Amino acid sequence: MNIFQLRDVSFKYETVAAIDGVSLDIEAGKRIALLGANGSGKSTLLRLLDALSFPGAGSISFQGQPLSEVRFADHQFAFDFHRRVGLVFQNPDVQLFNPTVFDEVAFGPLQLRWSKSEIVARVNAVLESMEIAHLKDRPPHRLSGGEKKRVALASVLVLDPEVLLLDEPTAALDPRSQSQIIDLLIGWGDGGKTVITATHDLGLVEDIADHCVILQAGKVAAEGNPAELLADQALLQRANLVHAHRHRHGSVVTHSHPHTHPHKHGSETI
Amino acid sequence: MSGYIERTIASLVAASERAAIAEQVAFSEGALQRVDPRVKVAGLFALIVVVAASRRLSVIAALFVIAAILAAASHVRMRRLAGWVWLPVLFFTGAIALPAIFLTPGHAVASLGITAITEQGLRAAAFLIGRAETASTLSALLVLTTPWPWVLKALRIFRCPMIVVAILGMTYRYIFVILQTALEMFEARQSRTVGVLPPSERRRLASSAAGVLLSKSVQMSGEVHQAMRSRGFRGEIHLLQDFRARATDWCWLAGFGLVAAASLWYGR
Repeated sequence: MNIFQLRDVSFKYETVAAIDGVSLDIEAGKRIALLGANGSGKSTLLRLLDALSFPGAGSISFQGQPLSEVRFADHQFAFDFHRRVGLVFQNPDVQLFNPTVFDEVAFGPLQLRWSKSEIVARVNAVLESMEIAHLKDRPPHRLSGGEKKRVALASVLVLDPEVLLLDEPTAALDPRSQSQIIDLLIGWGDGGKTVITATHDLGLVEDIADHCVILQAGKVAAEGNPAELLADQALLQRANLVHAHRHRHGSVVTHSHPHTHPHKHGSETI
Repeated sequence: MSGYIERTIASLVAASERAAIAEQVAFSEGALQRVDPRVKVAGLFALIVVVAASRRLSVIAALFVIAAILAAASHVRMRRLAGWVWLPVLFFTGAIALPAIFLTPGHAVASLGITAITEQGLRAAAFLIGRAETASTLSALLVLTTPWPWVLKALRIFRCPMIVVAILGMTYRYIFVILQTALEMFEARQSRTVGVLPPSERRRLASSAAGVLLSKSVQMSGEVHQAMRSRGFRGEIHLLQDFRARATDWCWLAGFGLVAAASLWYGR
């Protein structure tokens, strides 16, 4: 069953087309990687999927219901949608606007009018599971980059959404923080949730996705199995996802050829 | 100088530190911190109105003293209050009031060649500065002794329009981001600057920094609002803490009411 259905979706920032005629079917329970170079439209597509912006042309539907400004004028529909679909922004600073970490994580449930006792219990549980309970009285804007990212993630996961949208979840994080975020994403929802991750980190893709969509200049350049797409060097080069630069092999040869940057997370390979 | 850039960086860091201190004070266990935010909003607002309406300097001075006593009882240090509120207000209001001392016609108390300081001019200046200092101190007491989200919730309870409260909430959040952005911009500039900048270059740097910050602030405010909407925000402020008025809060309300009524009477 499709949880999202996009048909000929286009979106412009003033005169610049960010998304151009995208059609996609996103199945419930799938883990999808949106791959693309900077400016390829990944973040815009996530905002469209979270109904923070609406297409200039084409249509997006969520479980058969069209996402439109008219539909979101109904507060109950908006609450229900945002309860079920959560977005973690690339820049955690825009997402952390409360005086303490606890208040930050409680913000979503409060908007959705959960009971106070349920909010306290759920927020504490999420803070524990994310290993940030010790930060709960700290102001979010005074945390490190990795801590901010985990708080931003906790502030969305507390709602236990059916669909999790992630915009560059490991960008600008140190290797340990990256590893923690990836571990968490892999374990989250026991495979029953839909996770859509925008990234240009090819090393992540096979760990976090079972389906891959490559965006190029706002259009879908390819989609399919991650292993197959990642093996297509010509495609990756066209989409600016691999590059060539000079490097050394041991102390002997210096040469250049197209390559990616696969990496390990923490002390063990996932 | 230590240069323009260094001074700007120091100012930005100081602003961040002031914000952090203000947060600490708001969560401390002072006299006003224990009062229900609704009572504080209503009581302090009533006193501000009385200050503006009063026609006696002695009443304004008495309210100023009351505000200072409340500050001391609420762990707001006098030196901070002087640096953050009294001196800046004195500087700006003084600049406005200064001409009135000479231009207001009346009984001359000191002659300065072609012009004179008049008694009426001094009174007008004293009223302006007194009212501004006292009202600013009372406003500062509200925001320094109350976490900002509680102030917003209290404003909503008093039917302050949702859009105003939402703008105030986002402004508060965004101040920290813009401070950080400005700090990084000037640090980046500092790392590429050798020697002292000439005045024309300093002016150019200031104007370009202002332009970039404005542009970034527009973009960032849009993203912050989207992030709030993404988690169900529809303009209303909800808090985990419920306000519960206790007997002491009713006493504070009565106290504020009595002071306001008495000041209004004597200051009429």
